[in-house]
Amino acid sequence: MKIERLIKMANDISNYFNAEPNRDDAIAGVKNHIAHSWEPRMRKAIIEYNQQDGSALTELARAAVSKL
Amino acid sequence: MSCFEKDFGTPASNSTQTVTMEIDGFKVTAPVGTSVMRAAASIGIEIPKLCATDSVEPFGSCRLCVVQIEGGRGMPASCTTPVAEGMKVVTQNQKLADVRRGVMELYISDHPLDCLTCSANGDCELQDMAGAVGLREVRYKPIETHLNAKKDESNPYFTFDPSKCIVCSRCVRACEETQGTFALTIDGRGFDSKVSPSQNQAFMDSECVSCGACVQACPTATLMEKSVIDNGQPEHAIVTTCAYCGVGCSFRAEMKGDQVIRMVPDKNGKANHGHSCVKGRFAFGYATHKDRITKPMIRASIKDAWKEVSWEEAINYAASELRRIQTKYGKDSIGGITSSRCTNEETYLVQKLIRAGFGNNNVDTCARVCHSPTGYGLKKTFGEASGTQDFDSVMDSDVIMVIGANPTDGHPVFGSMMKKRLRQGAKLIIVDPREIDLVKKSPHVHADHHLKLRPSTNVALVNALGYVIVTEGLVDEEFVKSRCDVASFEKWRVFIAQEKNSPENAEAITGVPASELRAAARLYATAKNAAIYYGLGVTEHSQGSTTVIGIANLAMATGNIGRSGVGVNPLRGQNNVQGSCDMGSFPHEFPGYRNVADPVTRALFEDAWQARLSGEPGLRIPNMFEAALDGSFMGLYCEGEDIAQSDPDIKHVHAALRAMECVIVQDIFLNETAKFAHVFLPGSSFLEKDGTFTNAERRISPVRKVMKPLAGYADWEVTQMLSNALGYPMNYSHPSEIMDEIASLKPTFSHVSYQKIDEMGSVQWPCNDEAPEGSPTLHADHFLRDDGKGLFMLTEYVPTTEKITPMFPLILTTGRILSQYNVGAQTRRTDNVAWHSEDRLEIHPHDAEDRGVKTGDWVGIKSRAGETVLRALVSDRVQPGVVYTTFHFPESGANVITTDNSDWATNCPEYKVTAVQITKVHTPSEWQQNYADFSEQQLELLAEGQHNA
Repeated sequence: MKIERLIKMANDISNYFNAEPNRDDAIAGVKNHIAHSWEPRMRKAIIEYNQQDGSALTELARAAVSKL
Repeated sequence: MSCFEKDFGTPASNSTQTVTMEIDGFKVTAPVGTSVMRAAASIGIEIPKLCATDSVEPFGSCRLCVVQIEGGRGMPASCTTPVAEGMKVVTQNQKLADVRRGVMELYISDHPLDCLTCSANGDCELQDMAGAVGLREVRYKPIETHLNAKKDESNPYFTFDPSKCIVCSRCVRACEETQGTFALTIDGRGFDSKVSPSQNQAFMDSECVSCGACVQACPTATLMEKSVIDNGQPEHAIVTTCAYCGVGCSFRAEMKGDQVIRMVPDKNGKANHGHSCVKGRFAFGYATHKDRITKPMIRASIKDAWKEVSWEEAINYAASELRRIQTKYGKDSIGGITSSRCTNEETYLVQKLIRAGFGNNNVDTCARVCHSPTGYGLKKTFGEASGTQDFDSVMDSDVIMVIGANPTDGHPVFGSMMKKRLRQGAKLIIVDPREIDLVKKSPHVHADHHLKLRPSTNVALVNALGYVIVTEGLVDEEFVKSRCDVASFEKWRVFIAQEKNSPENAEAITGVPASELRAAARLYATAKNAAIYYGLGVTEHSQGSTTVIGIANLAMATGNIGRSGVGVNPLRGQNNVQGSCDMGSFPHEFPGYRNVADPVTRALFEDAWQARLSGEPGLRIPNMFEAALDGSFMGLYCEGEDIAQSDPDIKHVHAALRAMECVIVQDIFLNETAKFAHVFLPGSSFLEKDGTFTNAERRISPVRKVMKPLAGYADWEVTQMLSNALGYPMNYSHPSEIMDEIASLKPTFSHVSYQKIDEMGSVQWPCNDEAPEGSPTLHADHFLRDDGKGLFMLTEYVPTTEKITPMFPLILTTGRILSQYNVGAQTRRTDNVAWHSEDRLEIHPHDAEDRGVKTGDWVGIKSRAGETVLRALVSDRVQPGVVYTTFHFPESGANVITTDNSDWATNCPEYKVTAVQITKVHTPSEWQQNYADFSEQQLELLAEGQHNA
């Protein structure tokens, strides 16, 4: 899986939930969306990326991925 | 079933009040507004007629249907005389017979007497009426006749022979009332009266859209299908469902043996009410086209020639390859794609095979690239991933908002119904970057507001509509309070009322004048019944799901949900998009949109399917490509889809297909994807199998086998053979058994069966204990979410990352044309190419002039993803800064230039927004030249294989 593609997907999801005024709800929204729709190898790749670097993820996406 | 359908002469009345009267001494009770002719027909009394037919309003011109009414004067026409309480009618006596015989004598005096060799012989109402009135001689010897009038054979599907025309105006009225095109008129007066396409033009040069309504209405051989002229009259008919767009028209396949002579729209069809378009009516010849592949084929590499083999060898090879790949790369290294062109039963079987036989959830469907955002957005907000209305609902709408859809081209039969309602006075709001026909090119129809927004700005526009509704006090507070999740509404109310969402601020983003948008919002919000219809211009964006959610918010905020005339209506692209989604084609959902992670649901399916099922979501189509390129997804079973043409960033798709070790394609043609395949399993067209399709209004309609599968097996049988070869047993003997299994597992289908569909003709889901006869309207009393409440969701506008720059200053958007369908695999193999033989690039005159481009010039279209070449069509239908093309021809390479941008929620590609530059060129692009070479090589490898067999 190209990590650049997964980063973009995660950031796009976070851009939607960014409008959510409650921060915890926003993080849960991103996390649940990824958990429910990403195949395991995609989740594994983004989790590993976040643990090793994560700088290209939005702040909200990072927070959500760290809870996966 | 006989080919002859009873014609009641005039349309049915919708009145619930009835009157009782006598016709020829027999009592008859009929709804108020019924004609005497129809009332008589209802008790088996056939009054002679020529200008009347039950598909158009009565006209009263032929004078053949005259009757006498006790106490009345003269002989009124029974077609235009409504029934009345206590009325006593006589339909037959000497006086009436004399009048009718006289009328017929006049008609026949100017009509060729070639009945025995006439193409209408056996189906000619004029001939029938001559017999009915007892015409034995024609005394008139006309000095001048129309017998030498020239026949117009310009249309590829039907002829117009004015020498046989009786000027009954049925064709003219059908074109007006049924189709709404007004292409035909009666030109001249008296003896000179004649049917005229447009300004006395040939049919092909006129405004005619070849829907066939005129041919259907014609009582003689004046307008006649060429297939009937060539083959004679059909001898039996079978009712089935069209395999083109999501309207799902019901047709009578009129047959001679196992040959389809013509497809006639079924007047009992609840989606189409006897109407059709040029595709469904005429473009069925692809089913027997010479390009059909009817022998299974295999090869080790795509550089090898195909080898024709037995079904057994092909299936065993496919199964062994899939198992080999799983052994080598792991259980999750294979998957499959279901098709919206296949039946519900076939789609269900493919996803079942993948989940239970492959042992993973790597199943996806072409809805990924069209309406997946609809599924997401409507499921979240309303609780059900489908449109809320039946098509007939539009006839109760007072305001119709069409967003990113082009019904007259993409969903023409529904488009005609919509136009009928608009001609009756409903108001129209169009939200589209392009000037579609409904804006002002459809006769007697015009948009009250055309919000000509910039591509990619849908969310900003929908938010601005919401802003006006909230800030101007137009919310239906009672509806929101009683029917919706109030906390979510209050949160949305605060969000949407922010100044950033105002029409004035949106104008800078969308380009739509704030005053125009405010007026449109008021019109929508204050109508008694307002409905929204939308298409891929909504979904195929990076914020496709957000726009769907925004539309749902608007409908809930204004109380436009839960009754006829209102609602949110996605116009589905392909015939069975709704069905393929319903059947569990998405990688994270079992049939019925139930998440694979839910242990209770999973246990239900494990028990029914006798297999352990994965609780992890599988790969979506674009993820499959990514995984193929990284070496972890190496086998694909693709039924009825052409991802090598239809999916975005096609160079990437081709690279992924080349990377796979086994691509199995099941299709009726060697489509573009099959050129990358290692196993080809011949598919069956919709005419060759039993099953069901579910249209955009959730209507489950029967697909019936009218001929044997050309390759020996229906698609569901092929999937079953593959499953058995893989060691997962399937033993269905008929698709009805598959539907029974679906009904047992999907709560909204629990009362659906083939018996019910046969009895009712079709049925709309939910069809269960709550609604045993089906559900035309959803969410009538409560939303279908778990708590029964509609959920408002926030819809922040996030600009697409696909931006125009000095290097790519124009936005390319894509769409369909009436005569072609999707990737064109079917329609390109019919005479529909007479209307559209190549994709063209529409470009605004200003942009064309800047680049020295004229209509017909070859232009290069370059994006960040790639480059292709098309011929230009200079047109002010597009706005400056926007170019547009269709995508029906593989050599066009429209998807060479589309990017991998996609919807945040579903990965539906952003087909509608690609930044491009246009330049005048003289040769095809490098990709086109390479692809032409590759394609030619693949056809040679096919020919070699067929030659060696």
